[in-house]
Amino acid sequence: MTQLEFLNIVTPFKDKVFRLAKRLLVSREEAEDATQEVLIKLWKNKTKIKDYKNVEAFSMTMTKNFCYDKLKSKQAQNLKIVHSNYQDHSVSLQKEIELNDSIDWVGKIMESLPEQQKMVVQLRDIEQYDFKEIAIMLDMNETAIRVALSRARKTIREKLTNTHNYGVK
Amino acid sequence: MVLNNIENLLEKYENGETSLKEEQQLKDYFSQETVAPHLEMYKPMFSYFLVSQKEQFTKQLPLETKKAFNFKWLSVAAVAVLMLSIYVFKPNNLGETTITDAEKVEINNAKEALAIMSKHFNKGTAQVGYLGVINKAGTQVDYLKEITNPMNRLFKR
Repeated sequence: MTQLEFLNIVTPFKDKVFRLAKRLLVSREEAEDATQEVLIKLWKNKTKIKDYKNVEAFSMTMTKNFCYDKLKSKQAQNLKIVHSNYQDHSVSLQKEIELNDSIDWVGKIMESLPEQQKMVVQLRDIEQYDFKEIAIMLDMNETAIRVALSRARKTIREKLTNTHNYGVK
Repeated sequence: MVLNNIENLLEKYENGETSLKEEQQLKDYFSQETVAPHLEMYKPMFSYFLVSQKEQFTKQLPLETKKAFNFKWLSVAAVAVLMLSIYVFKPNNLGETTITDAEKVEINNAKEALAIMSKHFNKGTAQVGYLGVINKAGTQVDYLKEITNPMNRLFKR
């Protein structure tokens, strides 16, 4: 497989990998590193790519696992303070994209969700995968995904309603 | 779009029961400028989803194909260097071992001189051979030690 062929396979979903990584790792730099890592792993196993049924779903699963490992090692090293530093940095970068304050707020609410819910919302509401694909990617059954999704959507709506009513931002 | 319909969709949406198509309807509705006031809090949520969709991975991908390539040609290069070095150094070695006639004469002279020297040395060693007799005499004198035994006994205190 040539580089060009590989890029043709990877290009349609590399942004999705990046966005999932960013959803989990928060910091833009870390998400970029993670995406790079995942794609390089794919490239190194390029001879096996033809055997994969769904390269995209496979890469998303890889991304999920990679980010979980990252988060775990960070927790193990008690580097939470560093993590919040990254948050600060990424917020300013995020602001370039998200002009609206209340939109920014949604991002913060998403950050407070449990990891599984974050991923489900990311894959469904942002990337618009169908439930079958998400089930493969996250190794969950569809009912569990619906439940997680419903919880996450309700949480986001409730928090938004609160800020909307009290005008707290 | 009928507001009632949107409200129904929102309820389904929150229960995680909407299809992708219905979700798209909701996104379309909330991307409008004006939304029903009691549904306003949904607006940032859906616009956030739309904005997040656009974020892109901009980092360059370092896909190194050179690595495998290098190893393949490294062995070829090594063999080439090896063969070249053999080719270059072999004639030099042969050149060093060729001897001119003048050198041959010198070597022969040296050999003769050494032969004469060794002959004389051998002669010398043969003559010194009789010194071995002294050793023999030394062993014969050993019995004198026995004399000291009675003397020790006599002088014992």
